[in-house]
Amino acid sequence: MSKVGTKKRGGVVHQFIIVDPNLCSGCETCESVCSFVHDGEFNPINTRIHRVRIEPILNVALACQKCDDAPCVRACPEKALEQNKETGSIIVDDDKCNGCAFCIRACDFGVLGLHIQSQKALICDLCETMKEDYIDPERGEPYPACIDVCPKEAISLKDVEQIGEEKRIDAVKRLFGEILKETEG
Amino acid sequence: MSKTKEIPVPDKILGFTQVRLDVDLTDGKISKSKLSNEFCRDWIGGYGFGAKVLWDECPAGVDPLSPENVFVYAHGPFPGTILPTSSKYGVFAKSPLTGQFGMAISSGSVGAQARRAGINMIVFKGKAPEPVYMVVDDDDYYLFPCKDSVWGKSCWETEEILREEFQDQRLGIMTIGPGGERMSRMGCITNDRNRQAGRTGMGAVMGSKNLKAVCFRGTKGISVAQPVEFFKLAKKLIKVANGPATAKYRDLGTPAGITSYNKLGMMPIFNHREGTWDKIDDGTFTGDILNQDWVIKKVACSQCSIGCDHITKVPKDHPNWPNLYSSIDQELCYSFGTACGNYDWPSVFKCVSLTDDLGIDAISGGATAAMACECFEEGIITKEDLGYELPFGSTVNLVRFTEEMILGKGFAGKIFGDGTREAGKRLEEMGRKNASYYAMHVKGLELPAFDVHGMSSFAVGMSVSIRGACHLRNGAYGLDAKGKFDRFGYDKPVERGKAIKDLEDIYAIIDSYIVCKFTRGIYENDAEMAKVFELVTGIPVTDKFIQHRGEAILNLSKCFNIREGWTRDDDKPPERFFKQPHTRGPAKGIVLKEEGYQKVLSGYFEARGWDTKTGIPTDETLKSLGLDFVIGKLSPAGGKK
Repeated sequence: MSKVGTKKRGGVVHQFIIVDPNLCSGCETCESVCSFVHDGEFNPINTRIHRVRIEPILNVALACQKCDDAPCVRACPEKALEQNKETGSIIVDDDKCNGCAFCIRACDFGVLGLHIQSQKALICDLCETMKEDYIDPERGEPYPACIDVCPKEAISLKDVEQIGEEKRIDAVKRLFGEILKETEG
Repeated sequence: MSKTKEIPVPDKILGFTQVRLDVDLTDGKISKSKLSNEFCRDWIGGYGFGAKVLWDECPAGVDPLSPENVFVYAHGPFPGTILPTSSKYGVFAKSPLTGQFGMAISSGSVGAQARRAGINMIVFKGKAPEPVYMVVDDDDYYLFPCKDSVWGKSCWETEEILREEFQDQRLGIMTIGPGGERMSRMGCITNDRNRQAGRTGMGAVMGSKNLKAVCFRGTKGISVAQPVEFFKLAKKLIKVANGPATAKYRDLGTPAGITSYNKLGMMPIFNHREGTWDKIDDGTFTGDILNQDWVIKKVACSQCSIGCDHITKVPKDHPNWPNLYSSIDQELCYSFGTACGNYDWPSVFKCVSLTDDLGIDAISGGATAAMACECFEEGIITKEDLGYELPFGSTVNLVRFTEEMILGKGFAGKIFGDGTREAGKRLEEMGRKNASYYAMHVKGLELPAFDVHGMSSFAVGMSVSIRGACHLRNGAYGLDAKGKFDRFGYDKPVERGKAIKDLEDIYAIIDSYIVCKFTRGIYENDAEMAKVFELVTGIPVTDKFIQHRGEAILNLSKCFNIREGWTRDDDKPPERFFKQPHTRGPAKGIVLKEEGYQKVLSGYFEARGWDTKTGIPTDETLKSLGLDFVIGKLSPAGGKK
């Protein structure tokens, strides 16, 4: 998936799922669709993206951040987890995974889970392994289903360069808004 | 059932779990049985299941607060799927507020959790010897004593304690508060903090059974009959549900209606004395201001694309209610706002959060407070009675009144703690003449946020509603607001009746599916609504079939009401609308006309195939709807209680 590994500054910058808490309404649709495109049934306990609601107003969802030298990979005693160098995605070898959950304990973001039936580790693979039946025919290739269905368009695929750039633009608008107003006039 | 037989039911159906639990609270026994494929096809889900069970199993003439009343939890085939707004559940019982068919619907996470736990319906009977909560944890079902833990606690605290207890922040919990525990006839059920099964006193029924809460947790996956096709249609519906069809619910939210209904003279002001208000005209109390100054976040229920829950915050430097968060919509801007002549936003928010947290219906609660304000202004109740003054426009005192009303404390609680109809009766028993005139209810249920002086179609639509004054049984206010018929006149009575009937039948399906009425505009037509049922369940229903079943469900709950003593006179708006016109605005000088009203009511009965004089369904109509089992059983038993 060349889309998710962008060549920049002579290296590879990984894209991952990020969710804007200002847009997220906490509707859990991302979780339901995640389990559905991978397993063919709706079951948020088998999701790879996790909605968190802290009442009354905070809503957001978290998925794999594709850390460099990922702690989950290092923690796995069975060496069942491997990071794809090109995409940054963590790939779980189901034959090796024994469901010990050390990866879950190692992750700083709590974005891994165990499949309720198979007891194998679950982690966001940007839908690379989604069932073929659910691939959008117009797109013709796998694409993160949570992004496709999020009604608030709160979920996106970004790399750290893009995130930094957006933050900078926001900061500049805040800091130098007066100048912008002049140009609008 | 002639029409139903035309729809073949496959050997295996999906969507429904078909699991019915029977809980005998008296002896603590829980048993499990299977809902037949035909039952699911014919009764569709929530409302349909509730109507059938109450007809079959609720003893006629029962005291709604006695152990003999039957309390039903039910959902349809959709919770847990990504069909927009599908995580909904319904509760049904004979209502202690109306003495008629009681029903209330809520959203949040409960429907989805219950569906994943694998149940479809729970029927509660009897009364637990001590307070309990019920747990449905996948296939583990049990009752747990709670006299020393959550009994007596508010709804929000109960949710927090139970989620902590189960170490699960996503436990789905429907709970009652002190309002329901003391069996206030307005008692509601709260879940997910801001969602309520509010109307007709279903929380009081739980309280009467010593049932504090029901907790749901499920880990089972949900398969649908035609996954590829369903996924395609659901994705389309999610997009549409976040498009123009629902913009009004997402943006300003329903409070946008404050301004538009004020313009039409349909916004209830001062307990329905007026239909317009200078505080709305001058922009003090509008949806725009609410959003601009107070709303800080919009939140969604599970699987909802819209996200209509407008959360407001009172700033930390407010003298009375700093850092108060509450969940607001049009109905509550009416009940504790315009109806009480109150344009002080923080006190509206405080009253709403008290009703949600302590557990009574915020519409009935506010409408009852509005009655008290007017009784105070008319000298029917006094400062000596209450201990404080309560004119229209009260703020701090309105909050004080509201808390006492919910908790049953003081004069406010004793007189007004069970809604407007009871308050009227109690005051008149004390010799306070004419108090019932100020009780704005139909069949005992307080009015929603519409003033019907100049709404000749909705006056009928609201009044024929099975559960009492309600805007959600047929939405006929649209007929007046959109000018489909002359809203000051009474022509075309049968056409009006037919329009109300058609809306009501499809609303009965929406309440059985159960999905949110805010998504009624996302389907291209009834055929697409039928399609989504087929894709999930595998039962090949058609638009004609679901319309027919909607009609049958409505008729069956109507028959329940007749058996409980309903008569034509019960389908009537409060006297005020016939006697006392507005003094300003577009409906100035207008009152409902008795003869015209009765003509449209008869038109509705005719459109329904009911006896145009008595309003009782004819045998022919019942037969055509497959309701033969009702024939001969329609005599009132025991009267209204």
